[in-house]
Amino acid sequence: MDAADDLTPLDPAYKTLLRVQLAIAALILLAAATIAEVAIPGWTGVVWLPALAVAAYALIRVPLRRYHARGYSLAGERLRVARGVIFRSDTVVPFGRVQHIDVGQGPLERVFHLATLTVHTAGTHNASVALPGLSHGDAVAMREEIRAAIRRDTR
Amino acid sequence: MSEEAGNDALRTDPRTFAVRAIAMLGQLVLPIIVGAFAILDKGDLGDLLLYFVPLVLVAGGGNLLFAYLRWTRLTYTVGDTDIRVESGVLSRAARSVPYERIQDVSLEQKPLPRLFGLVEVRFETGAGGGDDLSLAYLRESEGERLRELVRSRREGPGASAAPTGEDELAQANTAHLLYAMSPRRVVTFGLFEFSLVVVAVAAGVAQQFDFLLPFEIWDWRGWRDISDWRAWGDQLSGPGAWLAGLGIHAQVLGALIAALALLLIGVASGVVRTVLREWGFRLERTDKGLRRRRGLLTRTDLVMPTHRIQALRVRTGMVRRLFGFHALKAVSLASDSGSANHDAVPFGRMNEIARVVSETGFALPDESSDWHRGAPAHRIDAFLLGLAAMLVLSGIALALGHWKLAIVPTILGGGAIAFDQFLTWHWTRHALDRDRLYTGRGWLAPSMTIAARHKLQSVELVQHPLARLRGYADVRFGLAGGNLRLRGLSVAEAERVRAAVLDSMAANDFSQIGEATPTGC
Repeated sequence: MDAADDLTPLDPAYKTLLRVQLAIAALILLAAATIAEVAIPGWTGVVWLPALAVAAYALIRVPLRRYHARGYSLAGERLRVARGVIFRSDTVVPFGRVQHIDVGQGPLERVFHLATLTVHTAGTHNASVALPGLSHGDAVAMREEIRAAIRRDTR
Repeated sequence: MSEEAGNDALRTDPRTFAVRAIAMLGQLVLPIIVGAFAILDKGDLGDLLLYFVPLVLVAGGGNLLFAYLRWTRLTYTVGDTDIRVESGVLSRAARSVPYERIQDVSLEQKPLPRLFGLVEVRFETGAGGGDDLSLAYLRESEGERLRELVRSRREGPGASAAPTGEDELAQANTAHLLYAMSPRRVVTFGLFEFSLVVVAVAAGVAQQFDFLLPFEIWDWRGWRDISDWRAWGDQLSGPGAWLAGLGIHAQVLGALIAALALLLIGVASGVVRTVLREWGFRLERTDKGLRRRRGLLTRTDLVMPTHRIQALRVRTGMVRRLFGFHALKAVSLASDSGSANHDAVPFGRMNEIARVVSETGFALPDESSDWHRGAPAHRIDAFLLGLAAMLVLSGIALALGHWKLAIVPTILGGGAIAFDQFLTWHWTRHALDRDRLYTGRGWLAPSMTIAARHKLQSVELVQHPLARLRGYADVRFGLAGGNLRLRGLSVAEAERVRAAVLDSMAANDFSQIGEATPTGC
């Protein structure tokens, strides 16, 4: 179960998107650290430095690792979605089992022209499988491909 | 009312109104009694006539009026492709359910409607959240007619008969009894339905009646020095003194009798609940699928279309297993809503279950089944994690200076965990055959799931960090109406299972799946 094997990587802009999302979280963290720094008497930097290190790690390393952990494949009329740095999961949904398809765009995703493709199945577990970080054009193309496969199957 | 021309908008049976009014009056009894107490408490007969009688009349009359309005404003239309129900007195609601989306039709008779010969018809769509369409109440014959109609419309023009459904079409119209519970079997079943919750509740209620005791049983000060018999005697002074005078044997006997009484309540409540629910249990093979009827006061009549069954579960309990009793349950989308209980054989011998299983197009595993177990590493890790927790406990005990106590968690706890993990490993297994996936788990009360491979919706491989390090993975399947997972398989085995299941999913014609799932495109 390696991420590398014949999986299509996500759109590179997804790294930037993750970075922006994490930067917002990092800003909140740093703000909290600043308050703590002011409130706690003692050496300067006792809270600041660890917080800064965490923020730097989150901004530099985490987006890359996440990006590389994720991937998808449409081979053999199946949608395969791999994700997770620490907890890995690898989901396969045959096109024939897709009940309906969503292509969603959040405000940040719109800025980077990205989209999230979500397929819904009838299963209780994995009732919906989301694939974020696709370029909007790709997501729409994938939706059409899956939809065409369903229509052909249904006759 | 805005029903379309052509199809008649029908009303429920007029007696519905009577049943509803009686039921509503039943609910009103308590408020009326409370009201009566409030008014009569300090009033006289004049107040009674002035306030109470009009109150009852207004409340009762209002109820009757409302029940009548509701009855006149609820209509249903049996269309060509769907059933439409329009309802509501002030705010109107119209709901339409296409025939193809109806999972099964169940008829339910609560005691009161049963007296009038009425049924509640429920159309289960698997929508979940109790949002199923139901019609209360119709004449029994009308309920039967609707059920037949839904069935024939579903298989009418456009809806080609499902390939898995062909055997049921081949079967004649005759109902073929698959399984029935004799009164004796029902009572036996009830004995196993012993509920600790009921016992706890009964004990709690008994506690509420301690004021009947002639002494303060919960006054701990009086009991402080148990060894001091005189103090005990003081506590039980007066009417309770004879209790102290009975001697230790009689007291132990008394405690035993109390425990037995609670136990008896637990058993009796289990029997009563089971008899009410399962009385006259009959499972039949009809051309529509499996038909189940049961209930003493509330009769239910449910048809589970065979081709809608996604998986079967065979379960048992710790104790009933020793007597050779198991239960069989069907997993279908309708079981998502939780309202429907799809027990096919709630309490039966394995050969009885095997007969029902074979009728549903599934099969029990046999000797030729190729069973596989999970990766030992998974269970070893679980054991080591448990042992680590026990060691922490021992460490705490040691730090507090109780070295004898420190032995207990590590030796006993560790031993128990090792025992449990080994047996769990041994009994958690899975097998694949051409059409089905078998999974078994549990050693105290083993359960087994038989899933149709081609009816699974998705496959997911999950690994946590430890699993990645040690090379095992969980496989989770998307099953319509239930959960299905294999824990701690070696990565190679997990991938083999996934590939095999995905192949049989892909090989299957979609129309059949569309038939098997309610929302198939």
